[in-house]
Amino acid sequence: MDTTLLVIQALNGVQLGLLLFLVASGLTLVFGILDFVNLAHGSLYMLGAFICATLTFALGNFLWAVLVALPITAGLGFLVERFIARPLYTRDHLDHVLGTFGLILVLDTAAHLIWGPEGIAVPLPEWLDGQTNLTAEIVVPTYRLLIIGAGLAAAGGLFWLVNHTRLGMLIRAGASNRTMVSALGINIELLFGLVFALGAALAGLAGMLIAPITEANIGMGNNIIITAFVVIIVGGIGSIKGAFIAALLIGLIDTMGRAFLDDIFKIFMSNEAAETSAPAISAMLIYIIMATVLAVKPQGLFPPKVR
Amino acid sequence: MTRKTLLSVGFILALGILPPIFYWTGNAFWLDLATRLVILAIAATSLNLILGYGGMVSFGHAAYMGLGAYAVGIPAHHWLYGGLEAWGLATTSGLVQIPLAVAVTAIFALLTGAICLRTRGVYFIMITMAFAQMVYYLIVSIEEYGGDDGLVIDTRSELPGLDLDNPLQLFGLAWVSLVAAILIVRMVINSRFGMVIQGAKGNDERMRTLGFNTYVYRLVAYVISGAMAGYAGALLGNFTTFISPEMMDWSRSGELMFMVILGGVATTLGPVVGATVFIVLEEVLSDLTLYWHLPFGLLLIAVVLFGRGGLIGLLNGRDQ
Repeated sequence: MDTTLLVIQALNGVQLGLLLFLVASGLTLVFGILDFVNLAHGSLYMLGAFICATLTFALGNFLWAVLVALPITAGLGFLVERFIARPLYTRDHLDHVLGTFGLILVLDTAAHLIWGPEGIAVPLPEWLDGQTNLTAEIVVPTYRLLIIGAGLAAAGGLFWLVNHTRLGMLIRAGASNRTMVSALGINIELLFGLVFALGAALAGLAGMLIAPITEANIGMGNNIIITAFVVIIVGGIGSIKGAFIAALLIGLIDTMGRAFLDDIFKIFMSNEAAETSAPAISAMLIYIIMATVLAVKPQGLFPPKVR
Repeated sequence: MTRKTLLSVGFILALGILPPIFYWTGNAFWLDLATRLVILAIAATSLNLILGYGGMVSFGHAAYMGLGAYAVGIPAHHWLYGGLEAWGLATTSGLVQIPLAVAVTAIFALLTGAICLRTRGVYFIMITMAFAQMVYYLIVSIEEYGGDDGLVIDTRSELPGLDLDNPLQLFGLAWVSLVAAILIVRMVINSRFGMVIQGAKGNDERMRTLGFNTYVYRLVAYVISGAMAGYAGALLGNFTTFISPEMMDWSRSGELMFMVILGGVATTLGPVVGATVFIVLEEVLSDLTLYWHLPFGLLLIAVVLFGRGGLIGLLNGRDQ
């Protein structure tokens, strides 16, 4: 394997990792603070992509579409919290899983009704649609760099919000003792709604960012949500730092595994055996990692200190 | 017999008698539907053992059905196209395939359960799902067995005295299996072993303080449940004669969970009632509209929000 390919695949891995983080951070926030398992989080990712696609055609510009679509997906998240999640807070996780599983069916079918069964391709503005030379040999699509930049910016913004603002302080306080926070006169219901909306906006953003590459399509949410769950479980549920590290880890391992595992296997087994086993192992790789982590540390790599 | 027992027995009997009558009166379609229903009811019953009585919310039960189905499909495939003769696995004999389905799923349950049961709560839900996804991707990546496209089972399992190509006999086998599954689960939960499982669901710490190694008890229950689902999968493979990784998708596992919840967790008949309502609803709604998942999803949400205790709970007057 040559260096150029390695660098490009590493960038792809980072890009996947950051998108995973955007989805997983909302999931882990909602779980850590609200103790709520939201399977339908992937549907918000999908809705973000579709809404952004529609707006791109309506407004004529992808970036404006993203800016308008963000508050819309946040609003959708707020509604989901109000009407589906809130009545389920006092129930066990099984009810959360089933209720949001039902919500997935509803939202997926709604998307099917509104946007049709076909995927929608999202056109990029010209200045984003080209290639950028990182060095003389390494050429990457400009848009992928934008995804990495936007992902890092969103991650940084989230860390700042949670660790250095009053809202973030309330969120952290709500995570460790929600009764106490509400006894201190904080509108805990509004806070929960905002957390849900924030998570929805982050997931929606991930969907919007990926849409120009993969198209907005109906199954997209269900593919990423499982991986996002792997991320938050490996990272330790409720930990944003854990989600960030695990997301990058999973993104890199998944990408690298698919790209290079057959080459690695060829070192110690026959070419034929390597070529048959490598795709199987690389597809299972992240689940093998998750099982290993849980076997050693049942609470994930970075379990939150409280709870 | 109490009213409830009478109703239960009546329901099971009706489930066994009505479909053949439909068949003889020229509605073969309803027998097909009932066969699928009964097979899924076996799987839901097995899931109820760990989910309902044991409090172990497995989100990967469809993988066991899939493994069971492939334990029928793979030997049948090799019987036709060669390979694996040395292992005795190139065969259409049900006496090899069905024990194989049970053994493979039991071993898989033992290996994965040993890891899963170290975790609790939502971690358990997610790690069972992760293992199911592993099996899913494993099957997808094996091109010899069709990968994504699935595998056609050309010859159904051959059993002495039974012809599974005859839809009535296949249904009969499924129904008898369901009755056996219900009785086995009843027997298990009413035994000392079952008491420990239920006690561990209520308060694991207390059971351990009483001197029970609940981990081992839960693991055994997990293996029993997995093997039963594997058996159901072997039947499902014989019924559909086409198997694909899609049958192990996590939404299939979600549907099995829904059947158990809909009917009523930790009740003998709940999973069967749940499977019945599920299959009938699916059939009716998908006949009405292409977008049947929408009302179906709304119903699911409604059941979770308002229908505590499931349909059996309604029957019992919510006295549980």
